[in-house]
Amino acid sequence: MRVSKNFGQRLSGLPKHLVLLGICLVWIVPTVGLLVTSFRPAQEVTDSGWWTVFNPPKGRASYQTFCASCHGENGDAIPSANLADPAVIGQFTRSIQLQAVLRKQFNGQPHMGSVPFPNAQETADILNYLRVLSGIQRTQQFTLDNYVDALVGYRGRGTYTQDCAAGTQPVDLKCDFFDLANPRGMGRAFLNTLIVAIPATILPIFIAAFAAYAFAWLHFPLRLWMFALLVGLQVVPLQMTLIPISRLYASLGLNGTFLAVWLFHTGFGLPYAIYLQRNFLGSLPRELFESAYLDGASHWTAFWKLAVPLAMPAIASLAIFQFLWVWNDLLVALVFLGGENPVLTYQISNMVTSLGSGWQVLTAAAFLSMLLPMIIFFSLQRYFVRGMLAGSVKG
Amino acid sequence: MASVRYDHVTKQFSETVKAVNDLSLDIKDKEFLVLVGPSGCGKTTALRLLAGLEEITSGTISIGDRVVNDVAPKDRDIAMVFQSYALYPHMSVFDNMAFGLKLRKMPKSDIEKRVKEAAGILGIDHLLDRKPKQLSGGQRQRVAVGRAIVREPKVFLFDEPLSNLDAKLRVETRAGISKLHQRLGTTFIYVTHDQTEAMTMATRIAVMKDGILQQIGTPSELYDHPSNVFVAGFIGSPSMNFFNGKLAGSNGNMVFDMGAFKLPVPADIRETLRARNDDQYVVGIRPEDIYDAAYQAPDIESSAVEAQVDVVEPMGSEIFLNLLSGENTFVARVDPRSGARAGNQVGLAFNVNKVHVFDKKSEITLR
Repeated sequence: MRVSKNFGQRLSGLPKHLVLLGICLVWIVPTVGLLVTSFRPAQEVTDSGWWTVFNPPKGRASYQTFCASCHGENGDAIPSANLADPAVIGQFTRSIQLQAVLRKQFNGQPHMGSVPFPNAQETADILNYLRVLSGIQRTQQFTLDNYVDALVGYRGRGTYTQDCAAGTQPVDLKCDFFDLANPRGMGRAFLNTLIVAIPATILPIFIAAFAAYAFAWLHFPLRLWMFALLVGLQVVPLQMTLIPISRLYASLGLNGTFLAVWLFHTGFGLPYAIYLQRNFLGSLPRELFESAYLDGASHWTAFWKLAVPLAMPAIASLAIFQFLWVWNDLLVALVFLGGENPVLTYQISNMVTSLGSGWQVLTAAAFLSMLLPMIIFFSLQRYFVRGMLAGSVKG
Repeated sequence: MASVRYDHVTKQFSETVKAVNDLSLDIKDKEFLVLVGPSGCGKTTALRLLAGLEEITSGTISIGDRVVNDVAPKDRDIAMVFQSYALYPHMSVFDNMAFGLKLRKMPKSDIEKRVKEAAGILGIDHLLDRKPKQLSGGQRQRVAVGRAIVREPKVFLFDEPLSNLDAKLRVETRAGISKLHQRLGTTFIYVTHDQTEAMTMATRIAVMKDGILQQIGTPSELYDHPSNVFVAGFIGSPSMNFFNGKLAGSNGNMVFDMGAFKLPVPADIRETLRARNDDQYVVGIRPEDIYDAAYQAPDIESSAVEAQVDVVEPMGSEIFLNLLSGENTFVARVDPRSGARAGNQVGLAFNVNKVHVFDKKSEITLR
């Protein structure tokens, strides 16, 4: 009875679990793909998808069909024709030479015996595999080059490490630690984005907290109307203000400065931040504040000792959202910072446009820009959930 | 000196709503005054006006000799225990109690001493490190009281502090608060809708209805001499029975005619009634003044009435009978030996000298 009941419960939970599993897969598969790709060498990225990293080396299947029966798995079964010897394989620079050898007779017998001839592509694959087998060609499954290239902003045909070793690096690179600060690199952009995102997160939330307290617990004329106006302001599309604000910034000399972006994000972050925090503070029992006033608290004390600590879940979830939004923002950064102080999104967009072949660098750059949001999300997720549930359950 | 004086205080929330209407009240030093009334009667508003949490529309409130109309809540030297307790959820019990003292810049050692002392009185010394959510309802209530007493205010305000407790705890805490009042010797002003709390704890009770003060007096004054029908019905449980009585007969034979039965008019009021040009009255009698005829108290002037028993509620030490007589329904509180059964007729004895008489129109007490 009990077993069947449990089973029934599990069964009824099945659709939910399937949906959750689906969501996890939809999120994890591309992320893993991006991560794997970002560690693959440029050549392999252009040749094959990231999922082939788990496949056996190319040409191995053809080798096993046509050659392994006589030469053996490792190619050293016939001592007079040791396929694992680089000196033997080194003779063949092109697959057509290998094809010629295969058509020859050995000891009066056809080379291939009863085994059919491989076609041209298969021969090429076999030769490719033999080069790997004999150690002439070193296959490198994974590399950090993409990350290095992305961080220093290398834009060349090879890789930063190769170029630096050969001394043929582009003129803007010095091949030392200062390359991390290269304005074209993701390293510098990471720093710029942090400089943009941290104040652009703290400022609006901080200012909004004061406003939210006032809207929730102070009595002043037109309070409700002002709050309604504020709620209405949330729907103003920021694109609408790009030109007027850009002109304003131009007259103030703010274009291209961090201050410009901080102010812009603060302005557009405020309405929602005030709205959310006001609702959170407003849902706290009024007696709590009245009790504090009777205890001798001024509004200032009540704000710092009561409102802020109690609104922490709301503030934390708000901070996460605002930070992620600013971190991922391209439009505002593009318009007001542009190439002067490029941020991550700006750099990534540049990689796509100017380097159509630089997919491997793009993946590394994309992963670099994902890193911090992911860390933040996972370390603060309990606030995130608490903020979403704010007020819905009895604390 | 911590007397409190309401002088013609009115609080208007809008054009039409007067939460408190011309309230005048003198509360003496060290008194335990209970403001009681049904919900929405303005008793909590009256308390909040005194605390400074609402602004007075007209009139003055003084604490001691000082008019406090324009004094900020924190400077009124009062402490309040809220119905919801309003404990600061992110602070420990100690910090909750010390909050007000810290804001008043009291030295740390003094704060600790006072909090420990208050915690000792209330028996919460072992809870000082806990957060409010780790406490039971009764413990939270005591912390709320503790937070008030560490401040050593001139006046304590209680806003229905027991309504969130279960019945048993409420009775215990009631005694606890009474004891606290004796021990501290401070003015207590206590708001409740529960007349039992009012009767058991108060030095004096003020009954309010629709923002208007109905009567103020000691519990026994209110019980024995209610000033109008509302107070008579509100104080006492089960509440007083009311009958519409028509004055009939004359001289030595004056009676109230209730339709199904008649009651003789008590001798001391006959003159008054005769002088009035009115024959419609509300007659009230408390359930304990109606006896099962077989077990009536000796030495009372009684009047026999027949009624049908509707419901029998045995309480152990007594029995409540819900009775029907003609159009009248009423409750009697009779001896536990009474043999009344639901559906049967029962012979009752009304104690004539305990009858209350009210004017029908104004509902004001005549006797």
